[in-house]
Amino acid sequence: MAQSIITAKDVVKRFGDITAVDGISFDVKKGEIFAFLGPNGAGKSTTIKMLTTMLRPTAGSLSLAGHDVTREQSAARQAFGIVFQDPSLDEELSAYENMDLHAILYAVPKEERPQRIKALLELVELWNRKDSMIKTFSGGMRRRLEIARGLLHEPKILFLDEPTLGLDTQTRNLMWDYVRKLSDEKGMTIFFTTHYLDEAEDVAQRIAIIDRGKIVASGTTAELCKQTGTKTLEQAYLKLTGETTRDEADSGDNNGLNFKMALRNTRLR
Amino acid sequence: MEVIYALWLRQIRRYYRSGSRILGTLGQPILLLLALGYGIGAIYKRAGQGDYLQFLVPGIITQTVLLSGIFWGIIVLMDKRFGFLSELLVTPVSRTRILLGSALGGATISIMQGLIVFIISLVLGFRPHDWLLVAPAFGVLVAVCLALACFGAGIASMVDDFQGFQGINNLLVMPMFFLSSALYPLNSVPTFLRIISTWNPVSYMVDALRYLLSNQTHFGLQRDFLVIAVTLVVSMAFAINRFNRIQM
Repeated sequence: MAQSIITAKDVVKRFGDITAVDGISFDVKKGEIFAFLGPNGAGKSTTIKMLTTMLRPTAGSLSLAGHDVTREQSAARQAFGIVFQDPSLDEELSAYENMDLHAILYAVPKEERPQRIKALLELVELWNRKDSMIKTFSGGMRRRLEIARGLLHEPKILFLDEPTLGLDTQTRNLMWDYVRKLSDEKGMTIFFTTHYLDEAEDVAQRIAIIDRGKIVASGTTAELCKQTGTKTLEQAYLKLTGETTRDEADSGDNNGLNFKMALRNTRLR
Repeated sequence: MEVIYALWLRQIRRYYRSGSRILGTLGQPILLLLALGYGIGAIYKRAGQGDYLQFLVPGIITQTVLLSGIFWGIIVLMDKRFGFLSELLVTPVSRTRILLGSALGGATISIMQGLIVFIISLVLGFRPHDWLLVAPAFGVLVAVCLALACFGAGIASMVDDFQGFQGINNLLVMPMFFLSSALYPLNSVPTFLRIISTWNPVSYMVDALRYLLSNQTHFGLQRDFLVIAVTLVVSMAFAINRFNRIQM
């Protein structure tokens, strides 16, 4: 049995009196592709934000590659790369400058930087656009660059927060091909969130279904079907999370800023 | 060290690539120099106070760096809203270093803006009292700019939207400029105004510049330096404190 590289134990996150993540525990094995599947506002992004040191958990503990994310922040940060749900490139810098800045921030040795940046930009097919400003890039190009950037410091774990949101099918397929290749060739652990069932089913080796801040089931697709007595992942998912849609502001949201807004609204009421 | 340099360079690159930003923060001081320097200058002279332009230019340079510092704070806010801050905050680099590198960049931009206004004022007829004191004057301006950039970044860390920032600009920055010694000599204003201005650190920034550039002072250089130093320390502590609390 491979060792765990991500562990979460009884993690809780509250914003005022809204509980976004309600006592979740899970672990991800080294080299595994793991998906967090859930409806809007289930607590997926909040969990990723806690794992990536952007939010402090209210209770519980999280560790990455053996480093506690609140106590050994800097070591934990060195261990992962992330592609955020929202764009996070500097629009007024070129693709190469964005990559170079990232390399400096992660202390990639100076002599290795040019080759690594070139290799990654070629991998995501952006080498010929390396000197263009990000503001001239399309959504798909930005996403590809963000993936390349997330890999630049050769992290052990790659987090992808709804990475295919707004991408066309071609780019989506291309992106998942890279991700699978990284997992196969480099043994990188991949943790991603999605609300697309097909992505979770096709790409992930193990899936955790999260709803209203709790993990309602986890396992391989086959295991999930068996647990719920259904035939497909979709049926299993709907059985676990219900058929109704969610009001994002009430059940917690995937964006910290909106959370504050929701909080402000409840206070005003 | 390389990290701080890289973050500084990022600010500088963004600055020279954005022509509208350069013009946007320069328009106001030029307007003030023209309207006040020439418009009020004539009356000022008739009142027996001497050359108004000599008096005004240090105030306008300070106003330029004040505006530029706060404007730069908006950039921090833009990073927050448009995502780049998330990239910065999950790196292994400490937030204090991120802030320091960026604020040094912001301060450098302010200095350049101040320098441009200084050159424009030379064209308009301003003459420094002693050319040898121009370099020390810009030395003082470095401390002023860093203090203001930190102040702007601290404020930007606390607010979430541009409307909120606009309010702070109107409620804080404009009064800090108008209720300082930038536009009028403090010894001839009503007592309440003098008291307010005496509590305003911007007055001391203007006063130090005015001493070095135009050989006029209200508080004396020693007191000016003291207030500037304290303001710098306080605004740095404020910025670090606020920046460390940002949660995305």
